[in-house]
Amino acid sequence: MSSPVPVLSCQQVVKRFGELEVLRGVNLEVAEHEVVVLIGASGSGKSTLLRCINLLETVDDGVIVLDGQDITDPRVNRDLVRRRIGVVFQAYNLFPHRTVLDNVTMAPRFVHRMTRPAAEQAAMTLLARIGLADKAREFPDRLSGGQQQRAAIARALAYHPRLLLLDEVTSALDPELVGEVLALIRDLKSQGMTIVMATHEMTFARQVADRVLFLHDGTVLESGPPEQVLEHPVEPRTRQFLARFIEGGRL
Amino acid sequence: MSQPAVSAIERDRQAYRRAQARRSTAIAAISTVVFAGALFLAVTRSPGWPRVRQQFFNLEVAGDSLPRILEGLWLNIRVLVVAEVLILIVGLAVAVTRTLRGPIFVPLRALAAGYTDLFRGIPLIILLYLIGFGVPGLRLQGVPTSVVVLGTTAMVLTYSAYVAEVFRAGIDSVHPSQRAAARSLGLTYRQSMRLVVLPQAVRRVAPPLLNDFVALQKDVGLISVLGAVDAVRAAQIESAESFNFTPYVVAGLLFVALAIPTARAADWTAARLERRERAAGVL
Repeated sequence: MSSPVPVLSCQQVVKRFGELEVLRGVNLEVAEHEVVVLIGASGSGKSTLLRCINLLETVDDGVIVLDGQDITDPRVNRDLVRRRIGVVFQAYNLFPHRTVLDNVTMAPRFVHRMTRPAAEQAAMTLLARIGLADKAREFPDRLSGGQQQRAAIARALAYHPRLLLLDEVTSALDPELVGEVLALIRDLKSQGMTIVMATHEMTFARQVADRVLFLHDGTVLESGPPEQVLEHPVEPRTRQFLARFIEGGRL
Repeated sequence: MSQPAVSAIERDRQAYRRAQARRSTAIAAISTVVFAGALFLAVTRSPGWPRVRQQFFNLEVAGDSLPRILEGLWLNIRVLVVAEVLILIVGLAVAVTRTLRGPIFVPLRALAAGYTDLFRGIPLIILLYLIGFGVPGLRLQGVPTSVVVLGTTAMVLTYSAYVAEVFRAGIDSVHPSQRAAARSLGLTYRQSMRLVVLPQAVRRVAPPLLNDFVALQKDVGLISVLGAVDAVRAAQIESAESFNFTPYVVAGLLFVALAIPTARAADWTAARLERRERAAGVL
């Protein structure tokens, strides 16, 4: 039962940093339970787009609509918007002075006003599901990269966001640890989570994505189902970009 | 580059943000005026105000005492500059000594730790008396007897202990991975300290260092207890001659005027650091 209103809709989004136009009119619609994967070279605007959606950056033009609400309207309370979006960063960004459990329960307790026992119980269930129950009392720096990134995903999930944004979440991990994080994301998809993710993992994109968008120079150059975009790209730029992955044996 | 064409909705947003900015400015201006007005009325309507104004804010006395106080302030400034340079050197040396590893440095480390414990603990005024009156009492050959030199020495001893701790906090705040990266390049301990750790540490503690500098700016006035004719002592003399407290107020205002540029410099360095090293974004 997909709702007629998309969860997320970006319309002609423009973002500039000084003279540099990073996004030049990006359009993107994400339906409920859909997993959309953004691919493209570094500097193509993938991360900037995700940061704009989470209002970490103010767009210079265009509109971003979340569940029918224009969130780029300056009258909108940013904090209320962010409560509905979960974000996972490339470098985890866990709080090093708090245990994993405290990291995961911070938003439920201090933003969503859950009691500590309730928040911790929910967090422990969540951590158990992703295989980190025994690490709950550890500090982030004592975990492996893969464990840290899974903890960061748990932190983003703890308040049941409508939309999950994943910004190259496996780029800082070595190949051995990438698998455990991707397995977790696959799980989330099967549970119906709505996800927008930027990644360089083309194999994974093909398996999990409902739709793949190729970003080039701040515009969506090509988009469609993964079989089409990844295997039969129309645009020469897309082919050129994907060729590097085929050479590298990663597709 | 001319302003790029924008959609109607973005023009709306920009107009709204401008309106918000104007509103904030207006609120700030009104609340400042109301607050300042209320404070002014509260003071000037108080029953004792005419007498207080006569005793503390007498323009005539202020004008008469100003040249002498300025002369005293010049001494404060010279002491301040010399002391600050010495403090930074001694403080950094003590801080680096405290970070030295290895059994051979145990006595040095203990000495540095003892130094900070002692001189941070001892009240500045007591140290001023001990050094200002005790050291000349020894009647040693070649030891300076000028109260200015002795007062500056006491100032340097106390403040170096504080500044050493600030530096040490800065050194400790540099992530171990930076040291690991530096040593992995083959840099020696000293080189990695000088080229990698200290530059980051010093930059990071610039704001608290400037804070200590502001504190020192007014504490240099304490050398007056030894008899040096600085701004505070000059004010005291003027006050005794005119039976009026205005010279103290004049000296106080001059110290404030001295501190304001430093405070702004501290804010500015902190802001610049923030801009340079942190990623942008709306937080």
